[in-house]
Amino acid sequence: MKFAVKAWNNGRARSGVLQLGRCPSPIETPSLLLSTRKGLPFFIPPDFLPSLPSPDSHLLQVCPLHFLEGLSPKTISNIGGLHQMLGLHDYVLAAVGRDSIQCLPECNSTNKIGASFETPCGRLLIKPVEYMELISSLRPNLWATLADEVPTWVSEKRNKTSVDRTIRWLDECIALSPAGGAVFGAIVGGSSIEERQRCAQEVAGRNVSGYWIGGFGLGESMDERPALLNAVTDTLAEEKPRLICGLGLPEEVLQGVAAGIDLFDSVYIYHLTLGGFALTFPLDGLDVNESDFQQSDFGSDPTKINLRATVYRKDPSPIIKSCSCYTCQNHTKAYINHLLNVHEMLAQILLEIHNTHHYLGFFRAIRAAVKSGNFEQFRQQFIEGRRDRLAVAAAAQA
Amino acid sequence: MALRFEILGRFNRARAAQLTLPHFGCQTPLFMPVGTQGTIKGLATNQLEEIGCQIILGNTYHLALRPTSELIDELGGLHKFMNWPRALLTDSGGFQMVSLLHLADITEKGVTFQSPVDGKPMLLTPEESIQIQNRIGADIIMALDDVVKTTITGPRIEEAMYRTLRWIDRCIAAHKRPHEQNLFGIVQGGLDPVLRDICVRGLVERNLPGYAIGGLAGGESKDSFWRVVAQCTAALPEDKPRYVMGVGYPLDIVVCSALGADMYDCVYPTRTARFGTALVPEGVLKLKHKAMADDTRPIDPTCACMVCKNYTRAYIHCLVTKDAMGSQLLSYHNLYYMMKLSRDLHTSIIQERFPEFVCEFLQKMFPEGNVPEWVCNAMEVAGIDISCCCGKTSGIDLLLLQ
Ligand SMILES: [Zn+2]
Ligand SMILES: [Zn+2]
Repeated sequence: MKFAVKAWNNGRARSGVLQLGRCPSPIETPSLLLSTRKGLPFFIPPDFLPSLPSPDSHLLQVCPLHFLEGLSPKTISNIGGLHQMLGLHDYVLAAVGRDSIQCLPECNSTNKIGASFETPCGRLLIKPVEYMELISSLRPNLWATLADEVPTWVSEKRNKTSVDRTIRWLDECIALSPAGGAVFGAIVGGSSIEERQRCAQEVAGRNVSGYWIGGFGLGESMDERPALLNAVTDTLAEEKPRLICGLGLPEEVLQGVAAGIDLFDSVYIYHLTLGGFALTFPLDGLDVNESDFQQSDFGSDPTKINLRATVYRKDPSPIIKSCSCYTCQNHTKAYINHLLNVHEMLAQILLEIHNTHHYLGFFRAIRAAVKSGNFEQFRQQFIEGRRDRLAVAAAAQA
Repeated sequence: MALRFEILGRFNRARAAQLTLPHFGCQTPLFMPVGTQGTIKGLATNQLEEIGCQIILGNTYHLALRPTSELIDELGGLHKFMNWPRALLTDSGGFQMVSLLHLADITEKGVTFQSPVDGKPMLLTPEESIQIQNRIGADIIMALDDVVKTTITGPRIEEAMYRTLRWIDRCIAAHKRPHEQNLFGIVQGGLDPVLRDICVRGLVERNLPGYAIGGLAGGESKDSFWRVVAQCTAALPEDKPRYVMGVGYPLDIVVCSALGADMYDCVYPTRTARFGTALVPEGVLKLKHKAMADDTRPIDPTCACMVCKNYTRAYIHCLVTKDAMGSQLLSYHNLYYMMKLSRDLHTSIIQERFPEFVCEFLQKMFPEGNVPEWVCNAMEVAGIDISCCCGKTSGIDLLLLQ
């Protein structure tokens, strides 16, 4: 793995280049890791992946725990690992214990032997040795060490324990780690600045290629997050990439970028897609595009529209006229509205394609802003623009 | 008439043809996947093109309910609505009502049914069915027929056949777009050769662009099934396409093609995919089975589809029936299999090696040589010698013969 920071903004926000595996060209950061279920996107068929922006779309996040259902590590090894099993040879596959959708940390059942997760096949306790057996068979390009993630409301003592365990498991995972595959050391610490710093310091002292920052999106408020993020990133080596789990909304991503995060997961897209939403916020200059926003469209806001809304029943236009994704090039809002009404899976396929495409565009805009030194302005504009448009919408509805 | 049907090759009763429809030039024999609600479950339209689908089917009953034929019309027709550039076929809506709704009642006026929206009684007349299909705008539209289960016997069969003939005239009269859409008549008459004969003659007199053989694939014996198909294909005009409705098992398609049928439709390949079953030359492969969990071969090592080129049985096993992707990938493979079967039928007839193709097909499906008797009987009528595949009679068959 090669990683280099190319530009800094306001001391923390940064833009870099990540080179890994057989990806066709280096991937620029900040960047999005596409969420998967068992290694493939939830709905986007694999033959459609090449139609997404490249190389931006070549980072996939894989949850090793998904394979505890139905496939043995031995079979995965026999197939030749994840890349071979998924037919995705030129993709960067990042293995992370938690997928934030169906595999969630269950801190009450986590104990000193292993981490517990709620999964579709019930509650699972996984020990570092079992986790590493999975990693060895999957052979991802990068993987995060096993963490004991806790929500913000646990006691100070439990939070300290989680840091101690996460560091112990880090050492165990590294000791058991297979050749190849970049190790991302897990950092936790809940909502305690001191524990966050302690954990970051310990991990920064280990032989890791990058950092995986966990324990976010687990109950902390938007307001307390910047201080926690900064406490971590200020402690870490600058030259190593930082991957975070649990920040999804555009505003949250901007918070992360401001704190110096390089890689994000894309749970947000999954939730939008299942809800029938399509992202519509403008990507160029972030100008208000009123025509894309319908007030009578329940659940929508200026960043997204709800395609279930009856206003789209007869709408012959694509989600975004200027969008170059497969969905917008081929299908109308009326058709997607119909597919949602009759519960046809193609609705989710088309929405996941558009939303992924659009969110990758958002990351591209972020990178451009960081590179040109305008990140803070970009961020303010985005947040204020959204606030203004919400106010306009609220006034119109009143 | 808005189609051209040119026969390019024959073997006895079997034929390979070019069927030119307003939206696409198709090669027959062909299988039409069913896209009930304006989409083939889990597949995007450009995947369907890639797989080689030529015609897809829409269900009038479902489309009329949602999004409604008026809306489809307003948005430029079903082709445009679902962005499918190739050919489409819609059924009359009658069959769906009778099969889906308990309270459907057929009278001379039409099919009376209880609206699934508000429970009020509604009437679908032949005129209305055609009007709806004219609005949807498919390349081929189907006449409203009086459908009865093949397992029913007695005067009801006769009544339904004669009513189907009376209704065809009402359908023809109501058809407003004969230069853009082809109205196919449906041969009814149950399993009674006399009634089937009267119906075929009656329909042929009307000189329709194409004909369907209806009322089959509904629980009748395989022997009755192929005999009806053989009788109808023999009596239908040579220069018009023949469509056997509701048929989708690969074996049935091969047999019907040997008997001179050209078109088929069925939900089977996609429905069975959603239940974790793959179509393979040997028959079916149940991917849910435990044995698949460590099988590192592709679904079908001889298949060139995107799924077989990339994925193992083991990986599909861990996806099927749990994750959306499992049914998407299996549907892709199964439709690819059906399209390959259609192409193989077409090219083997053209290249004058149809009997060899049939024998290879049967050998793979029945390696023990236990080809079902109805297939042997049908092939005799089709003039195809399959004795080379029936050589090794298994012990079970001997028992059955005794
Ligand atoms: Zn789009
Ligand atoms: Zn295949």
